Amino acid sequence: MRLNQLFFIFLFFLTSQTASSIEIVVNEGSEGALPIAIVPFAWKNNYQPGLTDVASVVRADLRRSGMFNPLAVNTLPGRPNLDTPINFERWRGTSAENLVIGDITATTGNRYEIRFKMFDIYTKQQILAYRFSVSKRNIRRVSHQISDMIFEKLIGVRGAFDTLIAYVIANNDLKRKKRTYTLAVAESDGFNEQIVLRSKEPIMSPAWSPSGKRLAYVSFEKKRSIIYIQELKTGKRKQVSAFKGINSAPRWSPDGKRLAIAISKDGNAEIYILYINSGVLQRITNHYGIDTEPGWAPDGKSLVFTSDRGGKPQLYQISVGPKGRAGNPQRLTFEGNYNSRGSFSPDGRHITYITRENGAFRVASMNLKNGAILVLTQSRLDESPSFSPNGKLIIYATELRGRGVLEVVSVDGAISPQRLRVSSGDVRDPAWSGFRAKK
Amino acid sequence: MLRIVMLALLLVLAGCSTTGSDKDTDGAQVEGRTDGSSGQDAQSTGMKDAEGMDGGAMSDAQKYSREQLDNPNSPLSIRTVYFAFDSSEINAESQELLVEHARLLSYNPDIQVVLEGHADERGTRDYNLALGERRAKSVHEFLTAQGVNPTQLEVISYGEERPVALEHDESAWQLNRRVELIYP
Repeated sequence: MRLNQLFFIFLFFLTSQTASSIEIVVNEGSEGALPIAIVPFAWKNNYQPGLTDVASVVRADLRRSGMFNPLAVNTLPGRPNLDTPINFERWRGTSAENLVIGDITATTGNRYEIRFKMFDIYTKQQILAYRFSVSKRNIRRVSHQISDMIFEKLIGVRGAFDTLIAYVIANNDLKRKKRTYTLAVAESDGFNEQIVLRSKEPIMSPAWSPSGKRLAYVSFEKKRSIIYIQELKTGKRKQVSAFKGINSAPRWSPDGKRLAIAISKDGNAEIYILYINSGVLQRITNHYGIDTEPGWAPDGKSLVFTSDRGGKPQLYQISVGPKGRAGNPQRLTFEGNYNSRGSFSPDGRHITYITRENGAFRVASMNLKNGAILVLTQSRLDESPSFSPNGKLIIYATELRGRGVLEVVSVDGAISPQRLRVSSGDVRDPAWSGFRAKK
Repeated sequence: MLRIVMLALLLVLAGCSTTGSDKDTDGAQVEGRTDGSSGQDAQSTGMKDAEGMDGGAMSDAQKYSREQLDNPNSPLSIRTVYFAFDSSEINAESQELLVEHARLLSYNPDIQVVLEGHADERGTRDYNLALGERRAKSVHEFLTAQGVNPTQLEVISYGEERPVALEHDESAWQLNRRVELIYP
């Protein structure tokens, strides 16, 4: 029992904050999802309106993972609290196997104490118990951490709810003929959106540093593509690649010291590795076809990339040594005439990418060991797929009734796509952060 | 000039031989064109060149003057070249248009043009950025082959980031797969 363990949570301080404008759309539940009862957290002192509803954030998190089916609040047979014994017999009448209860106490200095416990309804065993001391603004983050603990305890894999996503929103004001592009960061459920950069010119390809402290991205603010790195906490940024031609597709190496990029200073798009501090460039590809969209293997020893050297865009893998290129590219995809933007799973065993199937562009994943391919979506304009840091979900952008939206789908395809959606504008180019450091 | 006169002569010869050997409709067309217009066109063009101005028709120097960029009736008012999906090949119609722009640029070595490449939204963004660049480079290559000084040309790509048509269907996509010639 680590009941007294305290978590002191710090959120990144970002440049500004927008109103919570994201709406979660829960699609149909999935078969085989684990029923779980999450009781509304009780208030130990006066109820304070406007604060995050911890239990509902946890329910939404677990449902979105596709692996849980939280019971509807109005079907719960009781409101047990932490201080009195639980009548487990009543809970056996529900489909739930586990019961989560908790409470919130306003303490001194605008801080709150949040406690929660999880029980196995059949064995009556307490299987989780934690207490957090948290500032008002971090209640939402703690809610995601509670989801992570429940997920890990019951699924056996680290949860990825306490993570961030970065994405680009394009707003097109036809009346005033004005376009604006916004690079934003939000919690993994799309809430607490924070603006990182706003521009009248396109922004694309955000990529997280492994530490989660910096983003690399492409901005056209100087009327051409240039790669920048921006520190989220301070907003401080620097231009790292502004060569003649295009500067695109930055992806951070696992050690955080290098960026794989696609630049065309030699005449057409080639993959290079850029040492961020020294500015040293290592050329990786050399072909008159397009070579772009590098993605690092988690061991940092190879890259997957898109190339049309065979006539159509396909995925290739190339090994990378200390001095740059260390081998010849090996073609990975052979089915269809369009396979692009590969991204490795955290365990390095799979890649996710976009494949063209019956004229539609869909999210696929490939098992690198046996070459088995799963097409995970039914939509027609998917792009930018990447894995959650625990490897369980894939986030991607797609088009829905004329608008860009973000969706997540489980890697095995067992769970139907779940949507994250902002209330206005085209949302695109999602990138999932790594696990966040708990302080 | 000389080339046009020779072309007219060739057409006259072709017309004669065709009509001589075979009086089908094709032959008649060639004959009519030869007799009625081509030869005289070539001649009158020659005269205009020699005399400068003539009856509202324009010399090449006028046709490709900087002012024509503002003339909505000039072929130079068309500044967009379109492409097939995942292709940077320039079709015959676009080649004709680019020849006009090449002549403008050759007559006016001080004019600069930005070749701005674009792609439709299908497929992935960074690949499309490279594809947009390849389209713009394809236009660059065509223009320099027509004698344009490369220092007059600048290539940039916006990939799929700057569509002109916002719908998500083929009619929009075909407008978005393009290279725009942007004169300052």
